[in-house]
Amino acid sequence: MKLMTCPLNGERNISEFVYGGEVVDMPNPAACSDQEWSAYLFIEENTKGIVKEWWMHAASSYWFIAERNTETNEIIRTFPSSELYMQRVDFRAAKE
Amino acid sequence: MPLSLLKYGLTKQPKLQRHFPPTPELKNSYDVVIVGGGGHGLAAAYYLAKNWGITNVAVLEKSYLAGGNTARNTTIVRSNYLTPEGVQFYDESVKLFQNLSNELDYNILYSERGHLTLAHTDAAVRTARWRAEVNKHLGVDSELIYPDEIARLCPQLNLGDDVRYPILGALYHPPGALARHDGVAWGYARRAAEYGVEIHTQTEVTGFDIEKGKVVGVKTNRGNIQCGKVLQAVAGMSSEVARMADFKLPIKTIPLQACVSEAVKPFLDPIIVSGSLHVYVSQSSRGELVMGASAEAYPLYSTRSTLEFKEELMMHLLEMFPFVGKLRVLRQWAGMTDMTPDFSPVMGLTPIENYYIDAGWGTWGFKATPVCGKRMAETIATGKIPDLIKPFELERFYRNEQVGERGAASVGH
Repeated sequence: MKLMTCPLNGERNISEFVYGGEVVDMPNPAACSDQEWSAYLFIEENTKGIVKEWWMHAASSYWFIAERNTETNEIIRTFPSSELYMQRVDFRAAKE
Repeated sequence: MPLSLLKYGLTKQPKLQRHFPPTPELKNSYDVVIVGGGGHGLAAAYYLAKNWGITNVAVLEKSYLAGGNTARNTTIVRSNYLTPEGVQFYDESVKLFQNLSNELDYNILYSERGHLTLAHTDAAVRTARWRAEVNKHLGVDSELIYPDEIARLCPQLNLGDDVRYPILGALYHPPGALARHDGVAWGYARRAAEYGVEIHTQTEVTGFDIEKGKVVGVKTNRGNIQCGKVLQAVAGMSSEVARMADFKLPIKTIPLQACVSEAVKPFLDPIIVSGSLHVYVSQSSRGELVMGASAEAYPLYSTRSTLEFKEELMMHLLEMFPFVGKLRVLRQWAGMTDMTPDFSPVMGLTPIENYYIDAGWGTWGFKATPVCGKRMAETIATGKIPDLIKPFELERFYRNEQVGERGAASVGH
């Protein structure tokens, strides 16, 4: 059994968690080009090595960030997303 | 013992032929360099030589020939996809496969079994009907059948309702087939080599020479070479190789595990797939059950095997075939798959001039080996993208024109 430490719930079977993709900064949807927005949605870094990624503990709907080695599957550390993101994003419709 | 046999044994030594020529010295320059010596790269090399007369070609393979996902898939060939683009593309592949042993003069053990995709929910029955109608419209033999017909085709299957997910119906695809995966790659390699294509094993690409947005050379662990064009066909490592050429792909590298049982007498004729139970199983020509499940839940560059995979697979398999509980697992392995957001491949041009991509083959790459090789060779030779593969270009992700095959390409839905 592969274990992962949830910052909220402690050590759990990794099957309790949902992978949520690489941590990438979102471009400003009101200012970026369609090309940049598509890349943000679909294009992956897919790095072989140590990466930061979003994970969710499914039963508690708690999202956090994990540092994991995608070559060895070693989970280096997990931490609340507030370490990286302190501000709420307000979405506004883009001006056409 | 007949005297002639004794005499033969003592005098004539059987003349052994090498299957492929030994890896030659790298030349300074090639018209086309193919990165990746799996089925796809070797097929492209063969069709470049045969259909287009381009023989100054090097296939570079970092390990041994066809040892990646060509060796790790579960050898199923079918064309019962969901989108018209997908159905037409894979249908051409099935037709090429049907004649491939003749074309290559090499036995790929092509075995038409019929392919059953089981439906255990109303939603799955609806998807099966949808696929059947799209398939029939495009001339592909495919129909929705119900338990009485399933029992006739596969009497071993547990069709009772004493299970967690009783079988309600199935998508039946009579041309569904198995083929010897190694044989496909070796056949292409052997014939390509006869045309003069050079196959370089233990030759790892370490970088590319790109001048003004155009690829002009390839760096390897055995030296640098100049090239006219490059084809990248390296499932599993697609993102990392593309990074060397400075572009990115819509791909996550996710392991897919499989296993085989010990060999038993033939009892299972059709190929059985269950989307809801995440199981596919067939019996190989030497009697082993070849079994697979869904791709894993998160990216990993590793081919390790896990107990969790076996537990989940066997739990579901025992619902379908209770008697296989007596069978032992003989081998298990994993491959690194290129998963795309729309479950369709990425083929064609890249942001780098003269650099062509053949990637994003997720869990559906083996069945496309002939058509992909043929059409990528055409793309490289003519510089024009054939209509058949145009929908699968990398640019589709920037135009929001994905080819959604999730309902037909994988079992994890």
